[in-house]
Amino acid sequence: DTVPPQVVPGADPSARQLCFAWGPAEVLVCETLFGRAGGSRSRCLSLSPSRSRGEGGAGAAARALTDSVAGTGEGTQSSSRVFVVRRDQDIYIQTLRKLFNESHGIFMGLQRSEEELTGKSRKAQLVQVSKNYRSVIRACMEDMHQAAVSTRDPVLQGQYSTQVSILSAMELIWNLCEILFVEAAAAGPLLLRLLDWVRLHVCDVDSMVREVLSSENPSKHKLFWNVVDVFVLQGRMDEARHLLSKEASANPTSMNMYKILDDLMKKMPVPSLGNTQTLTELELKWQHWHEECQRYLQDGTFASNPHMESICKILLGDEDAILEKKELMTTWYHFLVTRLLYSHPTVKPMELRFYAQSSMDLFLGGESSPEPLDMILMAAFEFEMHQVIKECSIVLSNWWFVAHLTDLLDHCKLLQSHNLYFGSNMREFLLLEYASGLFSHHSLWQLGVDYFDHCPEYGRVYLELHIERIPLSTEQKALKVLRICEQRQMHEQVRSICKIMAMKALRNNRLGSALSWSIRAKDAAFATLISDRFLKDYCERGCFSDLDLIDNLGPSMLLSDRLTFLGKYREFHRLYGEKRFPEAARLLLTLMTAHIAPCSFWMTLLTDALPLLEQKEVIFSAEQTYELMRCLEDLTAGNPDKQKFQDDDVETTKVEMLRLALARNLARVIVKEGTVEGS
Amino acid sequence: AMEDVSAKFVSQKISRTRWRPLPAAALQLPDVFATGSWDNEDNRISIWSASDLGNAGLNGEYHGEPHLLCDIQHNGDVMDMQFLDQERIVVASSTGTVTIFRHHQNNQTLSANYRWEKAHYHVGQDTSCGGAACTGVVCSNPEIVTVGEDGRINLFRADQKDAVRTIDNADSSTLHAVTFLRTTEILTVNSIGQLKIWDLRQQRNEPSQIFSLAGDRVPLHCVDRHPNQQHIVATGGQDGMLSIWDIRHGTMPVSLLNAHEAEMWEVHFHPSDPDHLFTCSEDGSLWHWDTSTNVSEKPSFLHQGGRSTAYLSHSAINQSVVSAWLSNDPTKDRMEITNLIPNQTLSVNSLDVLGSCLVYGTDAEAIYVNRQLFA
Repeated sequence: DTVPPQVVPGADPSARQLCFAWGPAEVLVCETLFGRAGGSRSRCLSLSPSRSRGEGGAGAAARALTDSVAGTGEGTQSSSRVFVVRRDQDIYIQTLRKLFNESHGIFMGLQRSEEELTGKSRKAQLVQVSKNYRSVIRACMEDMHQAAVSTRDPVLQGQYSTQVSILSAMELIWNLCEILFVEAAAAGPLLLRLLDWVRLHVCDVDSMVREVLSSENPSKHKLFWNVVDVFVLQGRMDEARHLLSKEASANPTSMNMYKILDDLMKKMPVPSLGNTQTLTELELKWQHWHEECQRYLQDGTFASNPHMESICKILLGDEDAILEKKELMTTWYHFLVTRLLYSHPTVKPMELRFYAQSSMDLFLGGESSPEPLDMILMAAFEFEMHQVIKECSIVLSNWWFVAHLTDLLDHCKLLQSHNLYFGSNMREFLLLEYASGLFSHHSLWQLGVDYFDHCPEYGRVYLELHIERIPLSTEQKALKVLRICEQRQMHEQVRSICKIMAMKALRNNRLGSALSWSIRAKDAAFATLISDRFLKDYCERGCFSDLDLIDNLGPSMLLSDRLTFLGKYREFHRLYGEKRFPEAARLLLTLMTAHIAPCSFWMTLLTDALPLLEQKEVIFSAEQTYELMRCLEDLTAGNPDKQKFQDDDVETTKVEMLRLALARNLARVIVKEGTVEGS
Repeated sequence: AMEDVSAKFVSQKISRTRWRPLPAAALQLPDVFATGSWDNEDNRISIWSASDLGNAGLNGEYHGEPHLLCDIQHNGDVMDMQFLDQERIVVASSTGTVTIFRHHQNNQTLSANYRWEKAHYHVGQDTSCGGAACTGVVCSNPEIVTVGEDGRINLFRADQKDAVRTIDNADSSTLHAVTFLRTTEILTVNSIGQLKIWDLRQQRNEPSQIFSLAGDRVPLHCVDRHPNQQHIVATGGQDGMLSIWDIRHGTMPVSLLNAHEAEMWEVHFHPSDPDHLFTCSEDGSLWHWDTSTNVSEKPSFLHQGGRSTAYLSHSAINQSVVSAWLSNDPTKDRMEITNLIPNQTLSVNSLDVLGSCLVYGTDAEAIYVNRQLFA
């Protein structure tokens, strides 16, 4: 494949060495001082973003967004710049967001509908899905058209108009694919569908038709016969006959001639949608009618009126007569359908390719070469589905179309044999591309999630990579991202989001919030870290902050040992505050003996025991006092930083005071217990 | 029925929808509503008309989609929004700023009328001062109360520069929503499953009462008070559970009702028919809770074909007051629950009910108006 080069405006490889970094949705191009001596100066910068992706005029993917990152190279002048090159420009068109959102709902419905129905009803369902997609395209087209009409900015108007024509081409292609692939119309109905398709999309002549029909006396209008021809060419027989009857009543002399033509048009056999007639029956009737037309033409019935004669020739499928009306058909595919209508009404799907090719050749007549749209339609007529998708990927400026169309065709079980060299199939590849584009948009990323979900091979990996790049601007947004990850058991991402949020909260001194984030992630290590902050604050200030939280830890207290300690330690303070001293004392002791408290905190706990030891009432029993003493000795003896205690006067005094208080308490308790036992 | 619902894709994710209050004794249907967007590079406050007068049907019923009257750019995500009166809307921003916008109905424009920059903010370790998201706002003209991620509660008076009252660090976790209990008392819910009552007359910087969920401290996201029986309060949590509290008794919810599969973003009693309650959720559903069949033999006008309708009994503790929400009569203890959105996939972030009209907005960038809720 040759891909037209993309130029990044402002990036000049002749002035600066450039380097690249590829991300999932965008390319970073930056100017660098590295390797300036190399011979790459003369090379022209050309980017072909994302594999075989190219552009058809409208949506150039290159978009320089940011600049001016200060250059730090010493001695060199000015600044260097970083360019962000995004791959899916159309994602940023406001009006198209309607298309993305509404089609997301249809896409999800289609994934859910999977395999519920079989046979005919399944096909009807798929055709309905296809029609729903098309109606979204049309609605979007109308909005875009409205926007183009109402804006005064000529640049914007140009953009909108371009989008209208892109959307209209998309709908044209989609509709044809719907007829040929999704519905897979059989010989007979096939022609009727193609006629509908032409009537819906060839609207260049509509204004002419309106003008003539609304004129005072249509039959006197200079374009009268043109309109009759348009109706005949599109197989709109009733409308043609209605117009002709007006002309007939104005010309009583040629009444007979009109009657005969009217009769021929009326009698023309057409395929029926129901199963009321077989193809053979139709062919027989048609042959008969054809011969009748032939007779009238040959015996010169219409010789006096060249307009009517030409219509009779058209009815006979005379190629030259039809081609003469080239301007009224405007496109080769209209010519194809007209030709089929009057020469091969029972055309089979597989025969289409021959007529299509020759119609295009005849219509273009070597004067102009086929355009990309012609090639896509031709590929469709040839039933080359992969070619259609490939050409559309190259020509259209967004991934929306190919991703959704391919997914639909895949649900029709038409694409199964085709695997791509890198392992995933085409459907998945295109969905991944489209969803990656959505994720590069700061607002549409939520839609992308569901698309990744329906990519069995790589969807999960893509989602994991992309979801981590969503900026978590508020807790509310973080909660939404978190929900997405939790629903998919993405534990790694859950942890990382909670950690980010907990860190943020910690930086903002919101210890309570920080703790609830780490509880949500069940992140014991981080809960420990935060508990230490609480304890540190307590040691510094002598009181607890965020009591509303610590008092209400509930079962989450068990998340980390330190958190358990924090909760229990706070409970000790509460008991002490409520003057429930024996309970407080028991709890304090347990915190040490059961090794709930970290060793570094023992001194604080022992100091907390001091006021209890000094109470008038004896609180610690003899046994408890011994235990307290052992704790103190363990702490002083077992401490590797023994030096520290001896160096630190305050600590030494504390230890001495404690020993004294413990000894006194022991004395009191022995006396008391002795007395109690003795009495 | 579904055909009464009109939808419009608006190319922005909607975080809040609010009906403009009707003038007292007005007989007409609600028509004008406001929306706020989030997560856009350029967020907006928009005013819409629900009725397409050009397309009014023969019987005066309205058809067609809502149409935009005017809009204005808004700095940051719209976190919450409430009409102060017929013309003014108070908007809470993710930047911590609280703004009053005025809707000029004569020429259909919006303008910023008053602004409290960084009403909510963090004091970081580096002593820098950054805005903290203002998560909730409630007003009772002229008073405005705001809460935020900074755990702060502000009481403002419209057009008065300085806050009347600020409680710094009122909550150590994030305050998610606020509503008035009585004129001087407010209710807040936070991210550790607590419901708190604050008396703004008291100078103490502490709540006058704390209620909390038992077991896991599931965050609460929204709160609403029964319009007539002020002791009945409904909250919605992160697990999608609806809790009904009787704030005269106990410290735990009277009943816990299983509802949504993900965060419940909003809960609203019907303002004039409080036997009906509406909730919406991150899981893309919107539920209508109807207890009206409980207390009287009213016909069930909400039972519509084709919807999933469930009966659910709720555990209630002894109550003396007859209220459908606190009822404990096992034979009558039923409520009808209807999901108003069968096939939605993305979050319904907000809803508002007034009269027979419901408006809601989604992350799928669409707003929906149902003008015949009780049809």
